Formats: sequence, C-alpha cells, structure tokens
Amino acid sequence: MAQIHSPLPGTFYRSSSPDKPPFKADGDAVAVGDVIGLIEVMKSFHEIRSEVAGANIRFECDNEEPVMAGAVLAQVD
Amino acid sequence: MLRKLLVANRGEIAVRVIRAAQDLGIATVAVYSDADRDALHVQIADEAVHIGPPAAKKSYLNQAVLLKAAAETGCDAVHPGYGFLAENAEFADACAAAGLVFVGPSGDAIRTMGDKVAARSAAHAAGVPVVPGSMGRVADIEAARHILIDTGFPVMIKAAAGGGGRGIRIANDLAEFEAAFPQAAAEALAAFGDGGLYMEKVITKARHIEVQVLGDGTDAVHCFERECSLQRRRQKVWEEAPSRALSDRVRDELCASAVRLTRAVGYSGAGTIEYLYDDEADRFYFIEMNTRIQVEHPVTEMITGIDLVAEMLRIAGGEALRLKQSDITPRGHAIEVRLNAEDPSRDFAPFPGTVSSLRVPGGPGVRFESMLYAGYTVPPFYDSLLAKLVVHAETREAAITRLVRALGETRIEGLRTTKPLFLALAEDEAVRANAVHTRWLEGWLDTHSARLVPDLEP
Repeated sequence: MAQIHSPLPGTFYRSSSPDKPPFKADGDAVAVGDVIGLIEVMKSFHEIRSEVAGANIRFECDNEEPVMAGAVLAQVD
Repeated sequence: MLRKLLVANRGEIAVRVIRAAQDLGIATVAVYSDADRDALHVQIADEAVHIGPPAAKKSYLNQAVLLKAAAETGCDAVHPGYGFLAENAEFADACAAAGLVFVGPSGDAIRTMGDKVAARSAAHAAGVPVVPGSMGRVADIEAARHILIDTGFPVMIKAAAGGGGRGIRIANDLAEFEAAFPQAAAEALAAFGDGGLYMEKVITKARHIEVQVLGDGTDAVHCFERECSLQRRRQKVWEEAPSRALSDRVRDELCASAVRLTRAVGYSGAGTIEYLYDDEADRFYFIEMNTRIQVEHPVTEMITGIDLVAEMLRIAGGEALRLKQSDITPRGHAIEVRLNAEDPSRDFAPFPGTVSSLRVPGGPGVRFESMLYAGYTVPPFYDSLLAKLVVHAETREAAITRLVRALGETRIEGLRTTKPLFLALAEDEAVRANAVHTRWLEGWLDTHSARLVPDLEP
C-alpha cells in the first residue's frame, strides 16, 4: 500500500472544474504521472501527479477540502 | 456619520478599512474564516465574528452569513473592501434591503459600470473617448467593414458572450479579417450559444493610466491619475502617481473626462476610471470603471494628502463631498510596490508559510500597508498580497531612491517574496526613464527572472 501526499498547502480539488468528472474515481488504477487532483494555492492551481503506481485508489480528502503540505490525499494498493 | 461598520473582507484591506473607521470614531466588526482566526484585522477590530470555513465561497463570499453578522452585532454599514463582494450588485442591493449602508455605489451603478457594453455607452455619452470599435454588437460583416474605418489594423474580434480572454481573435489585415469574422461568429455560436461579436482596435503599446474619483451622487471630483503600466498577467505590480507620461494638457483632459463620467452616472463613493494611453497617438481611451477602492489607492493619498477610505465612509454616512476640485493639489511623486508571497525566480510560484521575523521599513515618506506580524502564518487559501510598500518624495527619481532604501530595510523572513523583483526594476534604465507599456514587464521577465532569487532566511 502507498500514499499520495500533497506537496503544498491549499485547497484540494478532485476535478478540473465543477462540471467535469473527477480525475480518478475511488477504485481506479493509477499509473506514475497520472493526475489525481489539483491543489489551489493563493489562487493558482497545481496538478498533483502520482509518484506511485497501484490499484484501487481511495481518496482520504474530499473535493474542496483544505489540506496542509504533506497531507495524505489518497492511498493505493 | 456611520456608527458601526462590518468590514466584509480580510488581509491588508480589512486592516486599512478598520483603521480609517476607528480614526473617524466608527466602531468596527471584523469577520474571519477558520483560516483567519489569528489575523491582524481580527485582533485590531472592536469585535470579530466567525463566518465559516476557509473556502471564500463559504465565508467571505457568503452574503447571508455576512448580513447575519452585521445584524447580530448591530452594524449600520458594511464596507466590502476590494475583491470578494466589492463589485457584486446583488450584495449592495441586499445590504440596502436589510437596512444597511453599503459603503460604495448603488447596486444599479455597479451593474451599469460592470457591464462592458453599458459602461462603454455611458462613457461615450459623457464625451469620454472609448477605444475605437463597435458600440455593442456588430450586425453583420457589412457593418463590420464600416467599423474597420475607425479601428484600422490590428483589430480584435470578441465574442459578446465570451469573457476572461475566451473567444478573442486578432486580424492584422483585411484578408485575415474576412476569414476570421465568419469563423469567430460560428465559434461563438458553438461555444456560447450566442454568435454576437464586438470589434475593438488593438493598441499594441499602451500605458495603463487611471483616474481616482470621489462622488456623492450629485457632485464629483478627481484626485488625479495613477500609472500602473508594470503588469504581469494583467496584475499590477508597481503603481505610481502622477504619471510622468502625460503632458499637463492631456492630464487635464483625462481627469476632466473622468469627472464627467462620474457625474453622468450619479456615482457615490470612491471609484477608479481606467484608461489606455497610446504614447504615439498621444490619446487616451476609456476601458472600464472599478466601483470600489483599489489596491493602489495609497499612491493617490500620498500625493494629495486625502484619506480616500475615510472620504468613502463620510460619503456613505450621508455627507456631501467635503472637497472642492480646487482643494485637491498633487505634491511630489509616490510609488507603490506589491510584496507578494511569490518566488519571482520560479515563475512567481506561491509561497505561503510563517513569518519567522519581520522588519518593517520606516522613516520619512515611507508607508507600509500590511497585515503581517512576526509569527503570523500566511494561509494558502486567499491571494498572495503580503504588503504594499508605498514611498513618497519630491520627484520620481527621489521616490525610486527612497524605494530602494525602504526595500533594503524590509525583511520578511520565512517567506519568499517579490522584493527582488522591485530591487531589480528600480535599477532598470527603462523603468527609471518610465519607458514602459503594459506588455513591457512580461518581456523583461523572460530575460531577467532567473536572477530574481529571494533570500530565504531560516
């Protein structure tokens, strides 16, 4: 099992805009480099790319949830 | 006079408004999200009300919770600051409906000046030069060809329903125009469900010059102009007053046109009328009116000696304008720079964090508008403005020297800031000669940004 952390503090988003589907749904497989969400820091948006590959992603953060740097965003098997 | 003011904002502008109100003997109520419990505006206000989670739409943009806070603390007025709800006509109306004075113009004035076509028409009707182009939608390509006589090339074709830079095409000659116009109409229809188009002359090298106005609904005065040509991604970074680019004759015409428009729309409060100034043609063109206090208002205060936020509060309290035009005289030169929590050597990446220690600049002609204190943690949820360093001196040259001195005194430890940008700009020959335009800074950054490395104190 591995964790995907937020490198930055800010607000976590699971999709690129409110009317778009999430980058990853719970249970999806993840490859290295896949975008799993965005972090908004001071009005600028940063893509969060997975540094691990795995199956069955489970998000630990909700859409639009405030996060600290280092927070666990998701876990994968 | 107002009795008790809810300040519906955060950061340095909340601090600025609270100070102005307290100086007038008006009680103040701050509001704060979960992320701002320790913020300076909360500490210095007479009272503070918690309004929700960090996300702005659940706190600083939540009209219902702000109105409830105002009612429960017995406020008779609301100051929106800038950003957030400052130019939200529905919020201005909702305040009025709740029996609260909105410190700013009426909802209708915000609506008129916030609508690009209505504002352009109002400016045109008041005899204010507008950027040559269509007055509203272009009927068809026949009509478009007639408009080209005024605009020349390059010309911008914009989707009426577009916004934020979307749906814009630029044609450099007639052949490009003939091809682009029908394509733009088809694209606009597909993208926005509305094929309506506007046309506007493209002014490639323009300065951004704006006029500060004050109105009481009947009368209006101007407080001269500011030049804000140094911009990155349409965000101003360095602002000054007056503009050294204008002749006295053009300055008089520009400021008089701003007063005409302010009067024509029955404007109440502080506002800013923004223009493009084309050096080559020696002409200015109206772009838009901002119906609020602006970030860079202190440079005007420094050259005129007027407290603009206090004047806003007096006008909102029902006083007529206290100042006649002949009372307002500019003296010397002022420059403001925006110290943001951004790393200029890394494409201005945001840098929230904790201020481990702080040394604030001082001395004659120096003003530091900020919400920082040692130990304060800058939250990542809002904009990156940490402080505005404002200097005033007899001449522009002396103001730049003073700016460098004050930047040297300024130490915001624990964060990366845009301070190195301003030290480098202050040394630059083009900046010192004021030979700049609104696209100048982005070109300069392409070759200079790598060496703008901030000191990062442990």
